[in-house]
Amino acid sequence: MMLTAVLVLGLMACIFGVLLGYSAVRFKVEGDPLVERIDALLPQTQCGQCNYPGCKPYAQAIANNEAEINQCPPGGEATIQALADLLERDPKPLNPENGSESEKTIVIIDENDCIGCTLCIQACPVDAIVGAAKQMHTVIADECTGCNLCIPPCPVDCIYIEPVKTDLKVWQWSKPTDISVTTV
Amino acid sequence: MIREIFRFRGGVNVPEQKSISTNKPVEKAKIPSLLTIPMNQHIGNAALPSVEVGQTVLKGELIAIADGYISAPIHAPTSGTIVDISDHPIPHPSGMSSASIQLKPDFEDNWAKLIPHDKDYTDLNPSELRNVIRNAGIVGLGGAGFPTFVKHNPGPDQNVEYLILNGAECEPYITCDDMLMREKAQEIIQGLLIIQHALKAKHAVIAIESNKIDAIQALKDSVREFPESHIEILSIPTIYPAGSEKQLIYTVTGKQVPSNGLPIQIGVVCQNVGTAAAVYRAIYFGEPLISRFVTITGDVNTPCNLEVLIGTPFNDLISQCGNSIDQIHRIIVGGPMMGFAMHSATLPVIKTTNCVLIDCGKFSSFRTSDFHMPCIRCGNCAEVCPINLLPQQLYWHSKSLELDKAQEFDLFDCIECGCCDYVCPSNIPLVHYYRFAKSEIWKNDRETKKSDIARQRHEFHQLRIEREKAEKAERHARKKAALKTADKSIDDIKKESDPKKAAILAAMERAKLKKQQQGITPKNTKDLTPDQQKKITEADERRKKNIVEQSSKRVDSQDKSK
Repeated sequence: MMLTAVLVLGLMACIFGVLLGYSAVRFKVEGDPLVERIDALLPQTQCGQCNYPGCKPYAQAIANNEAEINQCPPGGEATIQALADLLERDPKPLNPENGSESEKTIVIIDENDCIGCTLCIQACPVDAIVGAAKQMHTVIADECTGCNLCIPPCPVDCIYIEPVKTDLKVWQWSKPTDISVTTV
Repeated sequence: MIREIFRFRGGVNVPEQKSISTNKPVEKAKIPSLLTIPMNQHIGNAALPSVEVGQTVLKGELIAIADGYISAPIHAPTSGTIVDISDHPIPHPSGMSSASIQLKPDFEDNWAKLIPHDKDYTDLNPSELRNVIRNAGIVGLGGAGFPTFVKHNPGPDQNVEYLILNGAECEPYITCDDMLMREKAQEIIQGLLIIQHALKAKHAVIAIESNKIDAIQALKDSVREFPESHIEILSIPTIYPAGSEKQLIYTVTGKQVPSNGLPIQIGVVCQNVGTAAAVYRAIYFGEPLISRFVTITGDVNTPCNLEVLIGTPFNDLISQCGNSIDQIHRIIVGGPMMGFAMHSATLPVIKTTNCVLIDCGKFSSFRTSDFHMPCIRCGNCAEVCPINLLPQQLYWHSKSLELDKAQEFDLFDCIECGCCDYVCPSNIPLVHYYRFAKSEIWKNDRETKKSDIARQRHEFHQLRIEREKAEKAERHARKKAALKTADKSIDDIKKESDPKKAAILAAMERAKLKKQQQGITPKNTKDLTPDQQKKITEADERRKKNIVEQSSKRVDSQDKSK
């Protein structure tokens, strides 16, 4: 009697073991889904203010527990909160060493001063600058992420930061001011 | 036949305040000294100016063309000179500026040559009718300003069962549609017949709130002149927001417009009465949309309706209504329930401006301040919501920025009618919270889209860098290999390669030798001055010297390489 029970259980263990082993091979997930999910929450400015060379490497570092979730100034509080929710960590204030949260900006090349050195084109992480050697360069405003990486290489300082223009299409209602009375 | 009228859920009875502005017949507003005509008066792309500064235009002349399908052209409201084309403040809750044309009237009011359709409109096919309506710049005059011709294009598979003309005008204070129905009933009926023809609609209904007795009577009288038409004048219960499109369609047909859907999906097209009158004028007289009825009411001495040229500033209208009774507290465009407070009295009337409501702090039955108290969870808001939403849940989630949860509670089905606001005993600006939440969601969507594009571009950038590196390395390797072959001496080639090549090389060498022996006779060397001769000898010497140097260098380098 005892033997039958042991045999039955042993057989079941074998069957399930094979089943699990097969599904591990059959349904293997390519890549690290956590990195992808973290990367999806990052603002993709590719500015490197987090001390990693882009958003994906930073996502990788967070996933590996090598980086804190508060190192992304362009994402700001909203990104920290979203990362905290995803990773079930406590939200922290933005690390001032990485920079501070500011309004969204883009860069503009002063086309009168541009000498066509192509250095900014090489620096742009999203290929948002067009131009050729000894030809005037210009920024594709819609594609600029505001990372400002093109500013240091410019030898003639002809790149300026400008706040993103709000027009009627992107205008937003402000949050109602909470001027409620709690005590009478 | 007596039609069954369906009563939508919720809604509120609001103090109408309509009779104050219906005492006087509608007069034409005076032509102002300067008209500011925004290019963005409708839903869709802003129109593109087609005139230049300094150009003189006639009344009704095209001054801006439609940009794309969902857009509408704009015409000169009166004759005069274009003085400026630049950004000017527009009547929008943002208080922002947008491209506008400024027209200085010459007060002659000369019409451009209009081309009325001499043919009967029934001879025009729906597409031709749509083009006339489009070229006349007609947009929905009820408030949203959706280009009318788009609504008249239901698609090949859609049958329009009901064409409903919206004469409900449920918002308090506003009476421009009421006055239009009283004074231009004939035009509305004829416009309706044109639209019915264009849409091949089975039923045509004009729905009017029961409080507009004169308007109903005027329309009924006019309909009698068209005995073969089957237009139904329907008096519907007076309850706010009966004039909202979805509510009106339910009231008339008992059908509900699906969430995120359009009325055409259930075979209904809804148009404002003013739009029908504009369609009539466009077809019969070739007149574009350049003026509209506007109610100027609230805290002014003589509230009234005026026929106003598009682009007239508000303060011109206020002064024609006997000025405000006190210091103006704020100006609301639209009604007190759904209207927007404007930041300036110099803003212009646009195609969608139905009412300019002046508030000097005297009408207290409507919200006057943002001062509010905490929610006491009374549930009044849920009782009055005509869409059957849970305003309280939406409020909590919008306030705490839990936007996905707000969407789960169907935030985007909210029509912003303001019923919940109106009944809230704590005076919470609920609709403001919903508008805020909606625009926040749109902003997030935009940002996600933008960051997705940035991610793709960054990935491609990295791919490109890698590819370029690989290409460069390959090029380098190829060059190196090519150099190696070039370095081989002629003797090497002679030794290793085929006799044909060797023969060629030998022939070349022979020719070279021959040349050197014979010497090359340069041209133009006769009759030279001694000076020229001297220069030539110098140059020859230099050349010889160079050749010697180069050959010695070559020998050196060959030695080194060996």
